[in-house]
Amino acid sequence: MAAASSTAPSISGETLTAFLLRLADDHLVLGHRLSEWCGHAPMLEEDLAMPNMALDLIGQARSLYQYAGEVEGKGRDEDQIAYVRREREYVNCLMAERQNGDFAHTMLRQFYFAAFMQPLWQAMMTSTDERLAGIAAKAEKEVAYHIRHAGEWVVRLGDGTEESTRRMKAAVEALAPYVDELFESDDVTRAVAGAGIAPDPSTLRPAFDAIVGPVFAEAGLEWVETPYGQTGGRQGRHGEALGFLLAELQYMQRTYPGMTW
Amino acid sequence: MSARSDKVVTASFSPPAGRRSRQGDEGRACLSDAVQSPSSDPSGHLLPAGGEKEERAYRAAASVVDPEIPAVTIADLGILRGVEMEGDVAVARVTPTYTGCPAVLAIELAVETALREAGFEPRIERVISPAWTTDWITAEGREKLRAYGIAPPANASNSIRSLFGETEVACPRCGSLETARISEFGSTACKALYRCQTCHEPFDYFKCI
Repeated sequence: MAAASSTAPSISGETLTAFLLRLADDHLVLGHRLSEWCGHAPMLEEDLAMPNMALDLIGQARSLYQYAGEVEGKGRDEDQIAYVRREREYVNCLMAERQNGDFAHTMLRQFYFAAFMQPLWQAMMTSTDERLAGIAAKAEKEVAYHIRHAGEWVVRLGDGTEESTRRMKAAVEALAPYVDELFESDDVTRAVAGAGIAPDPSTLRPAFDAIVGPVFAEAGLEWVETPYGQTGGRQGRHGEALGFLLAELQYMQRTYPGMTW
Repeated sequence: MSARSDKVVTASFSPPAGRRSRQGDEGRACLSDAVQSPSSDPSGHLLPAGGEKEERAYRAAASVVDPEIPAVTIADLGILRGVEMEGDVAVARVTPTYTGCPAVLAIELAVETALREAGFEPRIERVISPAWTTDWITAEGREKLRAYGIAPPANASNSIRSLFGETEVACPRCGSLETARISEFGSTACKALYRCQTCHEPFDYFKCI
């Protein structure tokens, strides 16, 4: 580990902060989306499951925001980063902010995100950045349960009744344009990969496909190719969904700045 | 089904970009081999190496019960990672079970209070690495969980990674192995919901992590 850090090129605090915020925003925004199901799930067990997964995601987001605040060095804490940044300053992937839709849509989105994150956390467990390696070792175990839970629903609904199959197929269609953005590579991801902090997302596609492929086969679902994908989240260009989400998420701190209870 | 599930596991765990995982042994249920407790008494609790004062501070902190499962202490669960004296300050290290566990703050406050009441100036340190694992739950803690009606985590019999994998979980009331999982996520993040097919009682299962 020490040897790796001394040979890997170091990166600027600014680049590391940019990377951390992307990861943290993905988790906060998706965690918030999942929490919207609390009290509305199709059955009691799912009413427990979705907020529990949301808790994992928001806990991971907090660890990442705390670290980002320290690296950034401007005195911002996790709450200030989460609650008073504007929409264009959020750098989450577009998939995370998509509206929940029906239960099939929510579960497929969760499955995709978990299948993307598991290999990423797995690789980050040996990150040259020890703080991130610690966060990853914990998160990797948590996301394994998300894959299993969401994956089981993808199969159950995809290979279920006529109605559930129709809904799961509709979810596959609806989310297809948001998959490619997860694996985008740019200056930030390349710098982070070069420093041995995290793998470049573009290298994670085979691992993602290896998780999704067998579940789709079991569910009787077919992958849908889209002629073009939606992109822009990493540069702060979002769909209209995020603004509404942030309005709710940030309401208290916007109304009573600095409030605590 | 199981053969295919195994393939999912293997494929998803090939380390990307030529990296090697530190804990790549996906066949184990709980990934704790690299992070065993430094020392422990026969019950499995971590014991401080320092003097009488340190041991007294440890015992005070170790008496704190889990706010959501009051049948077990934080020492039973392996959440208390140690207590050391730094001059006159008793430093207690605690680790969350899950990253987003909402009980963390309550536990830290309770440890702080317990140390203060025992006459120490407390400081709490939250550690996340190495990551908590259910293998740190002591033998005594497992028995207390069972007596309380919560099935303790299975050991290396199954893997959380196996998609659709079924873990053999014994009913904490009647001991029957005829049980079925109702939900992967139970009343807290660390538990799943099961039902016994023999005595028909529902119960919580402390998930292996």
